[in-house]
Amino acid sequence: MSGEAVTGDGIGARVRRKEDARHLLGRGRFVGDIRMPGLSDVAFLRSPMAHARVRSVTKPEGQEQRVYTAQDAPGVGAIITRSAIPGYKLSSYPPLATEKVRFVGDIVAMAVAPTRAEAEDLCDATVFDYEELPPIVDCTSGRAPGAALLHEPWGDNLFLETFFDSGNIEEVAATAPVKVEKRFKTARQCMHPMEGKGVVAYWDFQANQLVVITSTQVPHLIRTGLCECLGLEHAQVRVQPPDVGGGFGYKCLLQPEEILVSWLALTQKRPFRWIEDRREHLTAGANARQHEYIITAYADERGRLLGLDAEVSVDVGAYSVWPFTACLEAAQAGGNLPGPYVLPAYRCKTFSVATNKPPFAPYRGVARPGVCFAMELTIDAIAKAVGREAVEVRAENLVPASAMPYANITKKFYDSGDYPASLATAREMIGFDTVRARQQAPESDGRLIGLGFSTYTEQSAHGTKVFASWGIPMIPGFEQATIRLTPDGGAEVKAGIHTIGQGLETTLAQVASEILTLPVDRIRVVLGDTATTPYSTGAYASRGIVMAGGAVSKASSVLAERVKAIAAHLMQCRPDEVRFEGGAIHGVNATLSFKDVARAWYLRPELLPDGVNTGGLEVTEGYKPEVDTGVFSYATHACVVAVDPRTGATEILDYVVVEDCGRMVNPMIVEGQAYGGVAQGIGTALFEESTYDAQGQPLASTLIDYLLPGPTELPKVRVVHTETLSPYSAHGIKGVGEGGAIAPAGAVVNAINDALRPRGAVLTEIPASPARVMAALSAVEERAVA
Amino acid sequence: MKAAAFDLAPAASLSEAVNALAGDGAKVMAGGCSLGPMLNLRLARPSTLVDLRRIGELRTLQRNDTHLLIGAAWTHAEIEDGVVPDVTAGLMPRVAHGIAYRAVRNRGTVGGSLAHADPAADWVSTLTALDARLVIRGPAGTREAALPDFFLAAYTTSLADDEIITAVRIPVLSGSARTGYHKICRKTGEFAQAIGAVVVDAERGFARVVCGAIEAPPILLVGAAKALLAGDRVGALSRAKEDLDAALKDHDAAFRALHAVAVERALDEAAV
Repeated sequence: MSGEAVTGDGIGARVRRKEDARHLLGRGRFVGDIRMPGLSDVAFLRSPMAHARVRSVTKPEGQEQRVYTAQDAPGVGAIITRSAIPGYKLSSYPPLATEKVRFVGDIVAMAVAPTRAEAEDLCDATVFDYEELPPIVDCTSGRAPGAALLHEPWGDNLFLETFFDSGNIEEVAATAPVKVEKRFKTARQCMHPMEGKGVVAYWDFQANQLVVITSTQVPHLIRTGLCECLGLEHAQVRVQPPDVGGGFGYKCLLQPEEILVSWLALTQKRPFRWIEDRREHLTAGANARQHEYIITAYADERGRLLGLDAEVSVDVGAYSVWPFTACLEAAQAGGNLPGPYVLPAYRCKTFSVATNKPPFAPYRGVARPGVCFAMELTIDAIAKAVGREAVEVRAENLVPASAMPYANITKKFYDSGDYPASLATAREMIGFDTVRARQQAPESDGRLIGLGFSTYTEQSAHGTKVFASWGIPMIPGFEQATIRLTPDGGAEVKAGIHTIGQGLETTLAQVASEILTLPVDRIRVVLGDTATTPYSTGAYASRGIVMAGGAVSKASSVLAERVKAIAAHLMQCRPDEVRFEGGAIHGVNATLSFKDVARAWYLRPELLPDGVNTGGLEVTEGYKPEVDTGVFSYATHACVVAVDPRTGATEILDYVVVEDCGRMVNPMIVEGQAYGGVAQGIGTALFEESTYDAQGQPLASTLIDYLLPGPTELPKVRVVHTETLSPYSAHGIKGVGEGGAIAPAGAVVNAINDALRPRGAVLTEIPASPARVMAALSAVEERAVA
Repeated sequence: MKAAAFDLAPAASLSEAVNALAGDGAKVMAGGCSLGPMLNLRLARPSTLVDLRRIGELRTLQRNDTHLLIGAAWTHAEIEDGVVPDVTAGLMPRVAHGIAYRAVRNRGTVGGSLAHADPAADWVSTLTALDARLVIRGPAGTREAALPDFFLAAYTTSLADDEIITAVRIPVLSGSARTGYHKICRKTGEFAQAIGAVVVDAERGFARVVCGAIEAPPILLVGAAKALLAGDRVGALSRAKEDLDAALKDHDAAFRALHAVAVERALDEAAV
């Protein structure tokens, strides 16, 4: 743990977010706020069938010019996401359907009108004629012999199978004293950023460029993707992201709507827009999370893990998304299942199964909320099998602090941390002994009390080697940032990553402030615009503050040396005698302001020393951590629940998070990430579920059917931080964006199972809805009767 | 999604509204809490929308010794806040407080909710338990209807296309009356999965036990009500369960059990 004193606005300061004033006053500029003369609205006619062959699309008479099908847009290429992984099968995802539609919501035609309602009228009047094909709606039917095929040339419905084998699992299976077999399922989910997807595109005649204002996490990647699909040069496209109201992974994809609206602006040279509505998000937006696990765990009599034999199937939908492919989820699931534990033997098969559902996208935590749920329930099942407290079995299996850095069985390189300490603190905070004592007596309201734990590691800022191993077409390298001292002594920071609600305008300024000691108010941060910022693969994978923060740190340090060289000359001392403090520059006998130095460079060059660095007071630097396999944050979540055995309702009575993300740049922002992540994780644990019927029709098409937790369903979350600095990243920072969402399902369902234990019921599927709780209780009764 | 085009006809009086309803495909709208989303999803496509919000006659309040007559356009929030006086021993304000979210309660009206007749809506069960009657205006004049006669099926009522609910007549409960209401839903603001509503007013010789949110109009558990009046709480519970099992025999056991819990908890509350 670090005990560095925090001064000023630098790293570690609880600085209020620079971006909040405009958002709190409703003055942000989101896609939906943009108005332009002549702006036309776009609506999409979407397939009503999960799987069908396209016979014809008949446009409304007299309105043919305002409706577009694939035949009208020959310049629009299909989204094809390549991967270097052997055996991976390519899907061709035409933004406008050509031969087949492969999910309810697949785009058949596009209509253009002065208003969205009129564009929807045109869609209503367009007739889509199709021939129904048998739909594939889950992993089991997709893998069955003779199943209908989504992509006929494949011969099956498997995007990819992977296989990991440490080589010793059979030996362990033959001798292990304890064997636990479990099956787990996680529901399909939508991500629901508060602001949905949206795009405005227009032609800028002055710049001779297509300008795309799109709600995205990855503006530079979208520019590259649009150029690929529309056959353009990068110079012809500018992606200018506005304020973005949350992304969570949904907005790190190149979407067909983005391509089509851009194509309209490109070919017609006037402005068009599409704003996703909630129904489109629920039925046609990229889906996430749906996993199935078959796990056999082997342990000794004390519950120490000896081996894990697993099969993971992911229902990845109809097409591979760009750039993350349909296989990132399963690859991460197989790689991350061992979690924070010492595991001597491991075998894992994964299947990425194509189904007639919307494409699958990486959602906050990418695969880890699923694997954490499966692994944490497995740990509790082992504890039950050996008759011990799960929290103790968990503690004994965690990688000990003395083993750090630790390369686990799947070659994840855990850089630093004390995992058992986080569990011990959570045990203390949740009041383990008090809860166990309370459980001895019945509750006056008849409810059952339960206690659950969940510990995880969060690989953040995975670098070049990791992405290369996943075969993704886009591999992040050195993240770059620019910093410039302005003539009045302020600073401008530019980075190609984008702010999507995570506060980078503030935290990147804090990193620059740490080096230069300028207050964050004097440091302006410009993000995302491809015309003004260095190339970045964007904001995903909890990489922002590690990568862009590292780049800003490095660029600021180089700038600092240049400032010191000029200041030393002006103050007649040596550069190594110059230091920054409180936003001022101190020499041996004199003090200057940053403005004095900036004025010398920009406006009074006769004052500069001979041989001054001609790069001036503007620096662009690239950064990667020394070890670029990712720095690992970690946490333990613990919660107490009350389960009503007569209705199946679960209430969370208490929730604690003990987390460590290395050096915190702004503890308030870290806490915000924990609260938001836990809220989404509780949605995963108890509420959210995109259900489909046997024909592949989505049954949750409004927020009446798709339940999101609200403030009254969420507990007060108590967060405790520890700071174990990463030895490999600038300032010891680790990423923290995804973590909060990873652990809740494991903690909450372990707590529910603890509550149900006297009744003999066990839940293995999420969300842990009242119906599932009641079904688990009924199953016990039926067994008793039988 | 955005609504298909329609004409908007703001009505200044009830007679104007009834006349406007004579046209083909006309529909009334008060708070719009149910109709609004249906318009946007294009599940409702009226040619004309008759806006009732400016009609003063829909906001009457008349009280006599036995009844309170409240206009149909009073909102859930106004009932919750006591702007509409309470004659139900606190039952109506408490139920209003639990309807959806405040933003919905600020717009949604009691008459609109009854006309929509969603079986899971709170007023449908609550006002049935209170033995409220509706005042309905049509081209032929005014009629009254008891709620069990008014609700025909889920989302289906005896209201003709050119009729409007103008007011709800609510019996005044005596000082010793007891009420219970229990709604089971997964989160705040969600429609109910099961409702139990109980009113016992021994002084007036009145008791009702209602089970709602059954995908059909609420059912009156008559045997349970009789037992309650006789002061037999244990008997009321067992009669309620028997009647529920019979009435809900086409539903699965979990559905029946959940509704039994709602009724049982409403009975518990009324007994306090």
